[in-house]
Amino acid sequence: MAQQKKEFDWFDRPSSRRLLWRLLWGACALSVVAELFVHRHPYFGIDGIFGFYALLGFIGCTVMILLEKGLGKWVKRSEDYYNDHIEDDVIPEDIDDGHAD
Amino acid sequence: MTAMLTDIPPSLLLFAGALITMLLRGRARNIFLVVLPAYTFWHISQLSFSEGPKMEFLPTFDALEPLRVDKLSKAFGYIFTLNAAVAFLFAFYVKKAFQHVWALVYIGAALGVIFAGDLITLYVYWELMAISSAFVIIARNTLRAKQATFRYVMVHIFGGLLLLAGIVMTVSSSGSIAFDSFDYADANLGTWLILAGFLVNAAAPLFSSWLSDAYPEASVTGGLILSAYTTKTAVYTLLRGFPGWEPLMVIGCVMAVFGIMYALLENDMRRILAYSIINQVGFMVCAAGIGTKMAIAGAVAHAFCHIIYKSLLWMSAGAVLYRTGKSRCTDLGGLYKTMPWTLLFGGIGALAISAVPLTSGFTSKTIIIAATEHEKLFWIWLILELASAGVFLHAGIKFPYFVFFNQDKGLRPKEAPKTMLWAMGILAFLCIWLGIRPQMLYDILPYAVDYKAYTASHLVTQMQLLMFSALVFFLFLPLLKRTATISLDVDWFYRKGGVAFYRLMDKSLNGINAKVADVIAVRYTAWLGRFLRTAPAEILGGLLVPYWMGIGLNSDEIAGRKAKLVLRAKRGAFPVGITACLAVMMLAIIYLVALA
Repeated sequence: MAQQKKEFDWFDRPSSRRLLWRLLWGACALSVVAELFVHRHPYFGIDGIFGFYALLGFIGCTVMILLEKGLGKWVKRSEDYYNDHIEDDVIPEDIDDGHAD
Repeated sequence: MTAMLTDIPPSLLLFAGALITMLLRGRARNIFLVVLPAYTFWHISQLSFSEGPKMEFLPTFDALEPLRVDKLSKAFGYIFTLNAAVAFLFAFYVKKAFQHVWALVYIGAALGVIFAGDLITLYVYWELMAISSAFVIIARNTLRAKQATFRYVMVHIFGGLLLLAGIVMTVSSSGSIAFDSFDYADANLGTWLILAGFLVNAAAPLFSSWLSDAYPEASVTGGLILSAYTTKTAVYTLLRGFPGWEPLMVIGCVMAVFGIMYALLENDMRRILAYSIINQVGFMVCAAGIGTKMAIAGAVAHAFCHIIYKSLLWMSAGAVLYRTGKSRCTDLGGLYKTMPWTLLFGGIGALAISAVPLTSGFTSKTIIIAATEHEKLFWIWLILELASAGVFLHAGIKFPYFVFFNQDKGLRPKEAPKTMLWAMGILAFLCIWLGIRPQMLYDILPYAVDYKAYTASHLVTQMQLLMFSALVFFLFLPLLKRTATISLDVDWFYRKGGVAFYRLMDKSLNGINAKVADVIAVRYTAWLGRFLRTAPAEILGGLLVPYWMGIGLNSDEIAGRKAKLVLRAKRGAFPVGITACLAVMMLAIIYLVALA
């Protein structure tokens, strides 16, 4: 009770992370199960397959992340590649100096 | 009186406001900056759809039409002014007027383009937009901002020249300066050039890096204001001028995917949002390419909602930058502890951009996808659905996750200032309001849409798409770990290429220059000098050799005499006798020549 200034750190706790993971899996499962109860009207045929959008999201995002990793190997460079990090320590005028509000 | 008032183009109100802003100080200026766009919003709502005022231009041309009011221009006018009012509320903390003055000119010029009924007026405002936006970027006053502005200006000069060339060719072949939709069947070089000019501002492939290069170098407020206008003005011109131009579908799809790839690679949070603009504008460009009434209406709805949630995202990123001075994901993390309101509002923006049900993205972007279904455009549809999933990855989850959660970096900034929170709160409210009650938005679209976002089937498929995208993000989280790197984009060609070109020119042209200078200025001049100094004596010595041989001198004595003569000639110190002798000889030669 004395620790009334204790910081809010719910998202850092392992127990919370486990809960969030379960919620995410649950939401995925729920979205697929819900498809059993709705009437779909596909436009192209392929989109009429049960769970098509779940597959599209899963496979599509996996492919995009793998492509991104491949692209990264090719285009990623260190931050001073263009030699323009010379004033990294300069604080621009638009940054709050801690006093103004 | 009202008839006269409604003849005033909205852009002029903001230009006048820019002048007044320079005279105002402190709180009065801040309040004026919020009230002015709000008033302009009302002014636009009062504009009637009747024929606008005409201005005589050159004798052989039609009259200029600076105020064409129809549903399309009005819809963009509404969102441009609404966004400006909230952005200036966010910007209450800014102490200097410079950036605001140019921002007003910039927004005014964007309104000028939107309401321009002819190509000449459009071009003038188009260039004014480029100039004023450059000042908004440079206002951050860092070296990086100045360098980025330079590159930004070069690209926009190029785009402006394409547009100008296209306008000149089109006007001279058709004889009309009117800006209406161009017919794809009659496409010619002139119309292609106009399209290219518009596409540069839309950040189309190969011309996109000005955006991701320059916007993140602008100030907290500058980036926010820039994010809304240049690309969306370009979208408007594409919807107006090039509906149904099929290549736009492909260009839009490339943009949508390109934006995701680079946003996923990026480490700087404002650069993530910049690439995200390219992704979102891709949907709108694609809709212009589809060109059906539903697609056009969907693109306007999407542009409207996009400006709101994208501004909201830039505001939350801006608030974080303002409080921490950091914008790299590798430096940020764990901010949910001290900036919960910024997280909440930014999170709503992130959900809206991802088209989560109950947000404005769900009621607007999905119209474009529905239009592809109606037109049976399978591949376009598939890519846009994939891009929708990708949006959730890079903007919906990645941005908030790495900034507000992830690893606690020990930063404990204060919550954003109240005016910033109010601005974010208003936009967050609009994101949800337009998600629940989209009819208000549908009513201002250029075409009536018969579209129901909330069907059971649509809700289920959208949730499947999004939830499984989220699952992939967290499963692949180790792969997505941020690195302190930048990613090479098209700007590499002019940043490195520009330096290489400079070196090449330096080596070649300056090399020739140096060589010529060496030969002419150093060697030839020195030789000429030596020649003029020694030649007369050498020639004289040469002439005297037969004489000296005649009087019986040996070769050593001749060489001695010759050296003496040359030395004297150099000094100009001949004994008088010799000088007189030479003069007599000269006279004798002249006499002989005269006789001959």
